Amino acid sequence: MDMKVKYRLPSLPKQAELDEVDQALITLIQRGLPLSPTPYADIGKKLELDETEVMQRIQKLKDDNVIKRFGVVVRHHELGYKANAMTVWNIPDERVTELGACMGQFDFVTLCYRRPRRLPEWPYNLFTMIHGKDREDVLANIEQLAKRCNLEPAEHKVLFSTRRFKQRGAIYR
Amino acid sequence: MNTLDRKIINLLQKGFPLSEQPYLEVAEQLGIEESELIHRLADLLEKKTLSRFGPMYDAQKLGGAFSLVAINVPEEEYDRVTEIVNSFSEVAHNYRRDHDLNMWFVLATDTPEKIHAVNSQIEKMTGLKVYNMPKLDEYYIGLNLPV
Repeated sequence: MDMKVKYRLPSLPKQAELDEVDQALITLIQRGLPLSPTPYADIGKKLELDETEVMQRIQKLKDDNVIKRFGVVVRHHELGYKANAMTVWNIPDERVTELGACMGQFDFVTLCYRRPRRLPEWPYNLFTMIHGKDREDVLANIEQLAKRCNLEPAEHKVLFSTRRFKQRGAIYR
Repeated sequence: MNTLDRKIINLLQKGFPLSEQPYLEVAEQLGIEESELIHRLADLLEKKTLSRFGPMYDAQKLGGAFSLVAINVPEEEYDRVTEIVNSFSEVAHNYRRDHDLNMWFVLATDTPEKIHAVNSQIEKMTGLKVYNMPKLDEYYIGLNLPV
C-alpha cells in the first residue's frame, strides 16, 4: 500500500509584528489580568511602562486580532453544557463564507472553521463545534441551525466524542 | 453559581474595559461594589468555573501552527495507535469519535513545517494514512454562552 500523502501546509494568517515589549506583555498576562483595582498600572510597573502605554499596546493587540477575546473564558462543562459534537458540513465552496458567518451567530456554536476536503473519504469542508446540555440538546441545536441557516439540503455528520485521551492547554512562549 | 455570578459572566464574556479602573467601571454597570466584583471573580477562578480572565490569543499570529488530523484506526489497533500518537508532545488533544475516521487530534507546533514532519512520522510509525486538515478560514470563535 502506498502511504505517501501530499500535504498542504496551512495558509497561515500573516504573523503579527511584535516587538520585545509586546512579547513580554503577552507572556505576563497570558494566565490572566491582575485582580487589583488598577490592573494596567500594575502590569506597567512590572514592565517599566506607564499605564497608558499598557492600555494602548493591549488595544493594538486587539485591533490586530492577536488578542481574539478579552474578558472571561468560561468552562462549558462547569456551566452545565456537558455535551458537544463536532458537526461537519459539505457546503458548496462559493457559499461557505456566507453560511459560516450565519452559523457563527448562534451562541451554541463555539468554533466554525473551513478546512480542506479529503476526497473521496471526507467530503466535509465546514467544521463546527456545537454545545448543549446533553446529546439530545446538541442534536436539537443542530436542527435549529440547519433550519435557520437554510442548510437542510447540506450533507452533514455529527461526530460526538466518545473518549478523550489527552488534553493540555496551549502555552505561549 | 448565583444570579450575580451569572450576570458577571454574561457581561464579561463580551469584553473588559481598557481604562484606569476597569473593575470599578464594570461594578458600576452591575450595581455592586468594586471589591465585590473582584472577590466574585477570584472565587469563580478558584472554583474553576472560569478557566481564565484576560486575553485569549490567536496562536497562529504568535507564530505557531495548528492542524486537525484524523486517522481511520482499525479497532484492534486502537490502543497501539493511541500510544504512538500521544507520545508526540506536539499532540495537544486527542479524541475518539464515532466515524470511520475515528481518531481526531490537534497538532500544535511552532512552525508549519513541523506539522508536516510530525504527520510523516506518525504515518511511518503507525502504517496508517493521516488526514491533515488545517484551518483555512475561521468564521467565528466565541465562548459567549448565556449562563
